Amino acid sequence: MQQARVSIRNGKFTTSMQWGGSGVPLLFLHGAGGPMIGAPFLDELAKHFTVYAPAHPGFGPGEGIEHLDDIIDFALYYLDFLDELQIDNPHLVGHSMGGMLAAEVAALAPYRSNRLVLVGAAGLWLDETPLPDFFTFNPQQLVKAALHDPEGPLGQMMLQQFQSPEMMLEMHKCLASAGKFMWPIPDKGLKKRIHRIQQPTLLVWGGSDKLIPPAYGEAFLNVIPGSRLVTLSNSGHLPMLEEQEAFVQAVTNFLLE
Amino acid sequence: MKSHWFHLMPYKDLPEDFKDRYPSVWVDVPSELYDPIKGHEIYNEYLDELEYADRLGFDGICVNEHHSNAYGLMPSPNIMLACLARRTTQAALVVLGNSIALYNPPLRVAEEMAMLDVISGGRFVAGFPVGSSMDTNFAYGQTPATLRDKYREAHELIIKSWTTPEPFAFNGKFNQFRYVNVWPRPIQKPHPPVWIPGGGSVETWDWVAERDYMYAFLSYFGYQPAKETMKGYWDAVDRAGRDRNPYRAGYLQLVAIADSDAKAEAEYAEAASYFYHRCLHVPSYFAAAPGYMTLKSVKSLKVPFSFEFLKNLKWKDFVDQGFIIAGSPATVRERLREALKEMNVGHVMTLCQFGNLGCEQTMRNTELYAKEVMPYLKENLWNEWEDRWYPKPLDSQHRAKAAAL
Repeated sequence: MQQARVSIRNGKFTTSMQWGGSGVPLLFLHGAGGPMIGAPFLDELAKHFTVYAPAHPGFGPGEGIEHLDDIIDFALYYLDFLDELQIDNPHLVGHSMGGMLAAEVAALAPYRSNRLVLVGAAGLWLDETPLPDFFTFNPQQLVKAALHDPEGPLGQMMLQQFQSPEMMLEMHKCLASAGKFMWPIPDKGLKKRIHRIQQPTLLVWGGSDKLIPPAYGEAFLNVIPGSRLVTLSNSGHLPMLEEQEAFVQAVTNFLLE
Repeated sequence: MKSHWFHLMPYKDLPEDFKDRYPSVWVDVPSELYDPIKGHEIYNEYLDELEYADRLGFDGICVNEHHSNAYGLMPSPNIMLACLARRTTQAALVVLGNSIALYNPPLRVAEEMAMLDVISGGRFVAGFPVGSSMDTNFAYGQTPATLRDKYREAHELIIKSWTTPEPFAFNGKFNQFRYVNVWPRPIQKPHPPVWIPGGGSVETWDWVAERDYMYAFLSYFGYQPAKETMKGYWDAVDRAGRDRNPYRAGYLQLVAIADSDAKAEAEYAEAASYFYHRCLHVPSYFAAAPGYMTLKSVKSLKVPFSFEFLKNLKWKDFVDQGFIIAGSPATVRERLREALKEMNVGHVMTLCQFGNLGCEQTMRNTELYAKEVMPYLKENLWNEWEDRWYPKPLDSQHRAKAAAL
């Protein structure tokens, strides 16, 4: 895969994107933690699809967040993005905040995308299972809530990364941007629009996700007709990293059906 | 030199082991800790203290706004000033201030402030803080990244509502009206003086200087770090092409006055510890939500914004580092004069009550300041400058008087 610099709406937004592979297009929308540039699961998906994995405005190399006020602006930005890059009928795969975004894109323009995959997606609120206030988490709390096995090598690596001040500043920037779409509760009206989703939808949840608990997978299952839920029991909030093989297999099987 | 008397109105009855048992004094501190019967006593005591400051000749009495906390019990400071407007006669009534991004519509603030100015005969000072992250983002649910835009729009709307003599339409990003038409109008023209309390953010300095407002640095950490902040502000004043009139600047200072330096510790150390260890027991995750500070301000911080450094400090540290100016009247006079002179500050907001300091001790502190410190500062500082940021009330023959009870 390769890196490309992209400009949308005559430079109002500029960002970097990892893209490549072959097959029908797949747009990966990352979560509030930032772009997952270089993550091996993207290379695995690129064996079957032409993968586009851009950084959102306000995250990492993405510029132009000041032009986005809410989740609708954000979803419309991605419709512009697909139009300008002439990406026809892509599958949408969204993780966490990116899942909320993918669901909004699918609901606003159901005929503009192909199949939909929501991974540990935000966007709903259950009074009986309130989400933890991850905006207040320190790195230790974040790793503990995000991973099935926080003590394992992935957890160690993440904690290691958080030791750099640059990384902490980057995280701060990502969460500041994410706040525009998710503060103080990430229920911004998706429930009023989600009935418009037409396409086959797969829900992927980590069985021990403590950031967006599995009850939310069930909640999406109930409101998206015909959707299916796959639970990866040895994952928390990052199944694409924690159980990469099973994750890629589940997503690929569904999208190639 | 103007001296003001600032009340935070802390809850005085937090348990001894508060900071070990509860993670924060703000946001998620359970309200079952608040005893309204004690609260009744405390509010009335606090109002007595502010009224006493007026009688002793303080130039202003100041209140402010906080939410969901035991640090300061004035969710609505305007209610406090309303109580005080009829029971005081001389002091400026300073609200420092209303967190205007929190109100929908912010016109409610314009209306209440105009009411206070009219009731008091033009003694009112309007303070517009952004508000702490605890108050705005956590307690009042405001999105951190857009808080400052919302604040600035609210400010523009309020000023315009005070200065436009007929109804107008306002099409803002956060507020829309076909008819903006604030009744009553304030007495002071073009509007009450505007003071902006700040915590030291770079963008605020330029904004205040450009608008010719007064900047009040409300810090509890003494004059050494404040010197740097005030230097940043005065540089912004230079950039805006304005004079270095000291009355453009305010500064908050805890004072603890006793008969001698040695007695100050015995009389004030417990209250100081209560203030720094219980009232300011705020964990870093509530102190600044991501996006509350601009990225520019975050980058300029040497260490992440946090109150945790207070944990191990004691009376001696508070005094040595100037968090509290304490001692005999002579000591307090000298240290205060030196700090104010060096920072070029014309308005000092004294904190004579802090932590769980009792009413009697507070009154004594207030009296010693009024008699032994205030006249000296007035005489020795800034007489060559005009204070354009102090209220201009009606002269005494036009002022209504409250009927005797």
